[in-house]
Amino acid sequence: MVKINGELLPVDGKTLTEYLKTTEYEPQRIAVERNGEIVPKSKYDDTLLKDGDTVEVVSFVGGG
Amino acid sequence: MIPTREEWLEALAARHGERLQKRLSAASVAVCGLGGLGSNIAICLARAGVGRLILIDFDRVDITNLHRQQYKAAQIGMSKSDALKENLLEIAPYLETETHNVKITRDNMRELLLGADIICEAFDKPEEKAMLADGVFEMMPDKSLVSGSGMAGLASANLIKTRKIASNFVLCGDGSSDISDGEGLFSSRVMLCAAHQAHAVIRIIAGENDF
Repeated sequence: MVKINGELLPVDGKTLTEYLKTTEYEPQRIAVERNGEIVPKSKYDDTLLKDGDTVEVVSFVGGG
Repeated sequence: MIPTREEWLEALAARHGERLQKRLSAASVAVCGLGGLGSNIAICLARAGVGRLILIDFDRVDITNLHRQQYKAAQIGMSKSDALKENLLEIAPYLETETHNVKITRDNMRELLLGADIICEAFDKPEEKAMLADGVFEMMPDKSLVSGSGMAGLASANLIKTRKIASNFVLCGDGSSDISDGEGLFSSRVMLCAAHQAHAVIRIIAGENDF
């Protein structure tokens, strides 16, 4: 199981890209942290989610 | 009479100690976007005694900016980078500034941010916030990024928070109040988020690790 934004999800084995496709996140408005490090967008296709991973998807909103 | 540089530094050191002032003086902080967040962040950091600010914005001061941005009526029409530099030097005459009247892109960001230890993201579009974050983490992961997301509207001030997302990434704001929801931007709440960001920068410079 992978903990994503506090929720345990059975997405081990999926790449970040594959997981994000199943969500409503807009890829151009997010940053993804995995196990304490930010994953560059160029690595989303190659990043395989593993059992025990902790992930946070930060979704930026407008204003500033 | 404008104080001498020594008097100015002594006054700051008397406030928070010589050791911290040495760190602040040696720090170089980039402020990307000089609007509601950026102009307030810059003023805060200049007052606190940060040695050098890299100020980046492509835009000009507009009448609609005045209700939350640190510009004056007489500066309408001026480039934000020039106007803010002027205002900052009136407050902190010995502040070193580097100004860039350009739009930050993936292609130019590395060169623009090379001299910064800490980068403040102060854009208004979520895509640009994400673009800057991605560029910093991929190309300059040794630098710290302090970003702002969610400060629109009149929701409670207590919802504005500072969170450490990764070792080099601090995020301030309420995370959800978006201007696209028709929420206005109020100087008080924008300033709150900007202060959170400036405070995070000062804490990083001071070596504070718990966020």
